[in-house]
Amino acid sequence: MAKSALLKSSIAKKVAMALSGLFLMLFLAQHFFINMTSVFSSDTFNSISHYMGNNPLVQFVIQPILIVGVIFHFIMGFVLDFKNRSARPIAYAKNNGAANSSWASRNMIVTGSVVLAFIALHFYDFWFPEMVYKYVDVSPLNETRYFHEMTEKFESPVRTALYSISFLLLSLHLWHGFNSSFQSVGFNNKYSKSLHTLGYAFAIVVPFGFIFIALFHHFNH
Amino acid sequence: MALDSKIPSGPISDKWTNYKDHINLVNPANKRNLDVIIVGTGLAGGSAAATLAELGYNVKAFCFQDSPRRAHSIAAQGGINAAKNYQGDGDSTFRLFYDTVKGGDYRAREANVHRLAEVSSNIIDQCVAQGVPLAREYGGLLDNRSFGGTLVSRTFYAKGQTGQQLLLGAYSAMNRQIGRGKIKMHNRHEMLDLVVVNGKARGIIARNLVTGEIERHSAHAVVIASGGYGNVFFLSTNAMGSNATAAWKIHKKGAFFANPCYTQIHPTCIPVSGDHQSKLTLMSESLRNDGRIWVPAKLEDAKAIREGKKKPTDLSEAERDYYLERRYPAFGNLVPRDVASRAAKERCDAGFGINKTGEAVYLDFAAAIQRYGKEQVYVKGLDANDTKLIIKLGTEVVANKYGNLFQMYEKIVDENPYSTPMMIYPAVHYTMGGTWVDYNLQTTIPGCFSIGESNFSDHGANRLGASALMQGLADGYFVLPYTIGDYLSPDIKMGTISTDLPEFVAAEKAVKDQIEKFINNKGTHSVDYFHKKLGKIMWDKVGMARNAKGLNEAIVEIAALREEFYKEVKVPGDANGLNQELEKATRVADFLELGELFAKDALHRNESCGGHFREEYQTEEGEAQRDDENFAYVAAWEYTGKPSEAVLHKEPLVFDNVKLVQRSYK
Amino acid sequence: MKLTLKIWRQKNAAAEGKIVEYPIDHIEPDMSFLEMLDILNDELIMKGDEPVAFDHDCREGICGMCSLYINGEAHGPDRGVTTCQLHMRMFKDGDTIFIEPFRAKAFPVIKDLVVDRSSFDRIQHAGGFISVNTSGNTIDANTIPINKKDADDAFDAAACIGCGACVASCKNSSAMLFVAAKVSQYALLPQGRIEATDRVLNMVSQMDAEGFGNCTNTGACEVECPKGISLENIARMNREYMSASLKG
Repeated sequence: MAKSALLKSSIAKKVAMALSGLFLMLFLAQHFFINMTSVFSSDTFNSISHYMGNNPLVQFVIQPILIVGVIFHFIMGFVLDFKNRSARPIAYAKNNGAANSSWASRNMIVTGSVVLAFIALHFYDFWFPEMVYKYVDVSPLNETRYFHEMTEKFESPVRTALYSISFLLLSLHLWHGFNSSFQSVGFNNKYSKSLHTLGYAFAIVVPFGFIFIALFHHFNH
Repeated sequence: MALDSKIPSGPISDKWTNYKDHINLVNPANKRNLDVIIVGTGLAGGSAAATLAELGYNVKAFCFQDSPRRAHSIAAQGGINAAKNYQGDGDSTFRLFYDTVKGGDYRAREANVHRLAEVSSNIIDQCVAQGVPLAREYGGLLDNRSFGGTLVSRTFYAKGQTGQQLLLGAYSAMNRQIGRGKIKMHNRHEMLDLVVVNGKARGIIARNLVTGEIERHSAHAVVIASGGYGNVFFLSTNAMGSNATAAWKIHKKGAFFANPCYTQIHPTCIPVSGDHQSKLTLMSESLRNDGRIWVPAKLEDAKAIREGKKKPTDLSEAERDYYLERRYPAFGNLVPRDVASRAAKERCDAGFGINKTGEAVYLDFAAAIQRYGKEQVYVKGLDANDTKLIIKLGTEVVANKYGNLFQMYEKIVDENPYSTPMMIYPAVHYTMGGTWVDYNLQTTIPGCFSIGESNFSDHGANRLGASALMQGLADGYFVLPYTIGDYLSPDIKMGTISTDLPEFVAAEKAVKDQIEKFINNKGTHSVDYFHKKLGKIMWDKVGMARNAKGLNEAIVEIAALREEFYKEVKVPGDANGLNQELEKATRVADFLELGELFAKDALHRNESCGGHFREEYQTEEGEAQRDDENFAYVAAWEYTGKPSEAVLHKEPLVFDNVKLVQRSYK
Repeated sequence: MKLTLKIWRQKNAAAEGKIVEYPIDHIEPDMSFLEMLDILNDELIMKGDEPVAFDHDCREGICGMCSLYINGEAHGPDRGVTTCQLHMRMFKDGDTIFIEPFRAKAFPVIKDLVVDRSSFDRIQHAGGFISVNTSGNTIDANTIPINKKDADDAFDAAACIGCGACVASCKNSSAMLFVAAKVSQYALLPQGRIEATDRVLNMVSQMDAEGFGNCTNTGACEVECPKGISLENIARMNREYMSASLKG
């Protein structure tokens, strides 16, 4: 089969969507673990952050892949949604979607868009300043600045609230997305039931963990 | 015109082989110069279309549904017979042949039935190769079940959806040929007339049901595979769209119509619930393998149940009458369909019916649940005295076997058949009669063939369970492809037939005139009004039991109804586009003629045989009494302008291999 | 029962359609949904109006001809049934019932509630078969034993009636459940394995060409499917497709 046909096919797009989603979930998990250390020890948090921020492999290989992954996942999400909407030019006068599917599964584009907006905020808060600090101003290395930079941001109740709401929607996104990714790559067998439980646990633990971290620093600093 | 059945000479087991060895063949290069029209895409039409296209003919297939996959063969539940003898229980080609002739009450043509039995095992091989998921045992081999009227297990099945799976198999074979361009499929088209040129069938007039356009289609041969005419009764287990128009139109153009009175009333259908009923639902006969049929033994109990004062489960064993087991100890609940249906009617007529209408009997699974439950308890080494556990395990076994049927019953009747017996009553199901065909499956119009249920078939006066699927596929896959080649071989140099011939013009005009007439009629009643009236006459007077007085009345009433229909029918809308009322009108118009011939045929046959039961001709015990001396023939009717003036032609039935005896299932 | 029906009326494929309201009375709980529509149509005919066109045939839930989107669900609120098996006891006296055609770009409306599902047929033409000739001169049916589990799974997939409820229910109008059922049936059987690679590639490519949307695993199709076709089939098709793409 011609490569172009594969790239155009619905299933290939869906699998690509799933794979990028799985990759982003892996990223989310590691981000979650690093942030969690901030609750217990500012030193651990600082040293891991410093490592991640200065390891060339992370900076120049994994980070670009991640960015491409994020961009791909979002663009593909919008493209697919547009295409899927156009597959039904006349809408139903009455549609009872709740009868056969979860709200989360039907509104991935909504939850995803909120997460996208959140990422913009997050970049504005951390990633751009970090890039400016390291590569524009070329400021001197400081291995202990990370913890402080973070807690500073969570002083604002508005930002903390925005973060919390975003993670709530991320939770809904993952509620469907985790298991959906496995289904898309063809994983549906006798282990699926256990995997589903794991997926739901992930969709709750990770986003709510992030919310906990935000609230923790908001109220403790 | 004398009927020539063209049965090859020689011993019965060699006839088909010898025939195939000596027919004329068409070489592959010439097949592509020959067009064949096939009307209907069920098991017979679908398999014929696929096979003829594969052989190289240009096939034009027509169905009124939106896809060939929806033909009513899809609704067959129970299974398909084949003389494979996988179970080693003594089955053989001869035994299947014998059972079919006997089951048909000795009114079928021996040579055809033997050929059917011969090719039966090929069907199973073919279907498995096509990916039809027939039921299997744990060892990976095919499973069989037994069916009414036989003493061996020769029925292959796919849960309760055998017809669906076999039809999808034929449809998949069609898809392959449609994809290759060898079949030109015309969905949502209805054949409204046959075009005969110089005495040969050369095309059809069809209506595109979406655009309303009347189209001319030509071919070197026309195959009718449009199914049976059970809907002449309005209420039947046929699909709403099942109709006799194609078969009736060819009858009017010269094809003899044989044995219209042979109609199968299936014993296990869900009873009628009210006047609104639009169709009846069949439940597979396989249910009789495990279900026991009964009515209350006492009239007062039956009355109490009808009035809702008693429940069936209140009655002790002694208060129940398992009438099939009582009357037919050898076959019990597994007697053939006609016998089981009449026995139910006999009990209900005597006042033992158990639903509001008094027309229902019980089909009880309690004993089967007990039996299977005990077996499971024993196999699993559990407590043999735990009655709850036994019922639970037994219910599981029954659910595994018939779950989909039980679910269907519950959805329709709103009662749980695991805990209370099912109610069943006979309903019109299949028509053994149909277009008369010779051994080549050719009608009395050269070039016009009729296959599957639409021909008068191999089932005589009564069809055995799981034999319809067998016959449809045998005709389409394995018989017609040979016989049609023999017919077409002289036509190889003819070229495409023009649709501008005057015969096409005339046939198209007649069709258009009829449609115009309906649209402009502006009558007072809908088509259904007349169809229901016809159905009532048929069921009351030409139904499960008939007598001369009722039949004579029916003939008069149907003729009068037909006249009223043409005067008073109201068809809304116009002819240019989808118009479902118009579709119904053209179909009912034909049923109104067919019904009369049906009654006429029933009246002339002064005997009882199979699905035809004349009250005047029964034994002292109420069993059907055949008259082999005077009626061992096929009644083939020739149309002469009116059903009442149809001319009878007789094809004598000669039995060289089966001895005629009174059928006994005692 | 007394009901208010809100039915989509559309004269033909080219015409604009709209929802029209019809009151109806004397409906009994034992009636099927289509019998209720029969009664409405009889009334309309007697009044001189055009009856509502809807597809139906076997009325026993197996032919797949009937459709209808009833109160926001394909085949209505009941589970495991087609519209023809839906009974009026599922509704209450005084209910308002919306009746719309199955909607998708790939299922254009022909008239009123009748839609054109020939896109399903074309997907099957692309590969919904095993290329054996129909002469019957094949190997004996019992030559290749088939694991009962595989045979049963193949049957469960093959139980699809091609009604299109999956497409109608899917927010994306995706036909993946339908296509996956057919791909799975053959992929599970040794007879079908031989052409498995080409089959899945061709059928999916035809499916995409017909304008169906993509699957986002909402699972609505599985819930609304009258025959309970499982999402496992879609996962299997995804696997088959990816491995076929890599091979081919």
